[in-house]
Amino acid sequence: MSHAIQDQRPVRARRARAGGSLTRGGLPRWAPAATAVLSTLLGCAAGLAFGLQSKVQWGLIAALLFVAATYASSAVVENTRQAKDRVATSVIWVCFLLAVIPLVSLLWTTLSRGMKVLTGHFLTHSMNGVTGFEPGGGVYHALLGTVQQVALATLIAAPIGLLTAVYLVEYGKGRLAKAVTFFVDVMTGIPSIVAGLFILTTWNLMLGFGPSGFAGAMALSILMMPVVVRSTEEMLKLVPNELREAALALGVPKWRMILKVVLPTAVGGISTGLMLAVARIAGETAPIMLLVFGSQLINGNPFEGAQSSLPLYIWEQYKVGSDASYDRAWAAALVLIAFVMILNLVARGIARWKAPKTGR
Amino acid sequence: MAKRIDVSGLSAFYGTHKAIDDISMTVEPHSVTAFIGPSGCGKSTFLRTLNRMHEVTPGGRVEGKVLLDDENLYGPGVDPVAVRRTVGMVFQRPNPFPTMSIFENVAAGLRLNGGHRRQDLSDIVERSLRGANLWNEVKDRLHKPGSGLSGGQQQRLCIARAIAVEPEVLLMDEPCSALDPISTLAIEDLIGELKERFTIVIVTHNMQQAARVSDRTAFFNLAAVGQPGKLIEIDETDRIFSNPSVQATEDYISGRFG
Ligand SMILES: Nc1ncnc2c1ncn2[C@@H]1O[C@H](COP(=O)(O)OP(=O)(O)O)[C@@H](O)[C@H]1O
Ligand SMILES: [Mg+2]
Repeated sequence: MSHAIQDQRPVRARRARAGGSLTRGGLPRWAPAATAVLSTLLGCAAGLAFGLQSKVQWGLIAALLFVAATYASSAVVENTRQAKDRVATSVIWVCFLLAVIPLVSLLWTTLSRGMKVLTGHFLTHSMNGVTGFEPGGGVYHALLGTVQQVALATLIAAPIGLLTAVYLVEYGKGRLAKAVTFFVDVMTGIPSIVAGLFILTTWNLMLGFGPSGFAGAMALSILMMPVVVRSTEEMLKLVPNELREAALALGVPKWRMILKVVLPTAVGGISTGLMLAVARIAGETAPIMLLVFGSQLINGNPFEGAQSSLPLYIWEQYKVGSDASYDRAWAAALVLIAFVMILNLVARGIARWKAPKTGR
Repeated sequence: MAKRIDVSGLSAFYGTHKAIDDISMTVEPHSVTAFIGPSGCGKSTFLRTLNRMHEVTPGGRVEGKVLLDDENLYGPGVDPVAVRRTVGMVFQRPNPFPTMSIFENVAAGLRLNGGHRRQDLSDIVERSLRGANLWNEVKDRLHKPGSGLSGGQQQRLCIARAIAVEPEVLLMDEPCSALDPISTLAIEDLIGELKERFTIVIVTHNMQQAARVSDRTAFFNLAAVGQPGKLIEIDETDRIFSNPSVQATEDYISGRFG
């Protein structure tokens, strides 16, 4: 028996090589690129020939042609398994392009329209004394407001969220944990305007405080908390149980084990989750409108008086509807994107710096 | 130093599933006791009941008594943290903390519990690494990550980490099963030395290892899959391997089943 099996192996290997699947004979390496170029050209030609208006239709024709041509050419030159493989690959590429095109076009529009007025002056001045229709003015008051509101919201939501996640993963069992999980899920679904209204009725109407950056930050923290809890929970669950046991077996109390072993091991993922949460609230407009009210002036005190914020500023400028205000809106959008991007890079830096080190 | 363990009528459960049933045995101080038996017969579970690590698993529950020099580990008011400081543990797979250097790994048990001066700490780290026969290999790279060591070195690092907190008893759950023969030999030699200072209990699937390192050997078995594991017999290692009193033990050792 064993002889027969041993004898067969080399034969099969040889046959496979003779069949060419090891050398991947057939289509050259540039074939996919050539197919792509060809099908794009054909797609454009077909679009022109049939007088199709929408460029989307051109693109779809090109994409379909690409997939079909890939399958046909591979099935003819190679075998059907290779053809299926190539079709799967090309479908992934088409989907990738479909997903990337809107992103690139968004970035391009924001960049090209926003760069026009994005200067040092724009970043360091408020709209004080500038009417919506004339050029000039700046975004400083809104940037300051966004930074302060987001920072305050993070200060509120991050500790509560982290501690909740630690409770759920390390301690929680039974009714209370189930209830907490349920309410976190419910909170995930709260529309931002509802969070704003909640703070408006309690903080402003019942307790009688005026509009302030802090009120906005509280609403933002309601939106941020469930995201932090969820992402941190997932990251903590990824920490291997063996590490927890190793620490406990040393006679380390549980809270120290969590602080010194579990959290440091998961810190990379936790900070990424925090950043996603920050990115989510940095673009919120509705609660800011209700609670921070908006202002054309610089107000450096988030605890008193109306402030502005970048999303609100963009909306206001868009509403004015003049050429100058449109330019300002796009420039502010660019500032907002850059703000989130920089935060993201900082978080990645921290994650990489703190992540478990490997190697010698 | 080195305490006696006295187990009587101990059963352990995972939720409703009974994993080990009514185990009684005595482990003398300064001795090495080996646990052998087929997989799933509850050796790990039993070992983990000896330092209250069993209850860390969700649903884990224990009935019976474990006396450590006349003090019941499962008595009312006993602090599991204190128990684990007294009864250390080394796991099957080397598990150095990935965020810590070699030095920090060894110091972890002490530092995580606070209250040690820097100089004391480096003395203890050196002593523990020497105790684990690892000092010469790592003394030049104490501040590099522990995950950069070989498997055998990592396991000795884990042993150093366990003995740094000066326990009385050291539990080892198949400490060599992930290691090559040379690293295994290094750890077996180490067990012989550690016996001077600690009471050692070791789970192993390797008969020769049990015969080489242990003074006494306990054989566990289970009637059928899904049944709880039982202690079949415990005796001097020489006796178990030459002339066991139960037929099942002889069958297992000579490889006739299991
Ligand atoms: N975490 C767990 N949850 C539920 N059952 C478990 C768990 N760990 C082990 N068991 C069960 O307990 C029994 C004994 O397992 P274990 O102590 O690991 O055996 P051994 O170490 O002797 O191979 C087995 O039946 C196993 O299925
Ligand atoms: Mg086991």
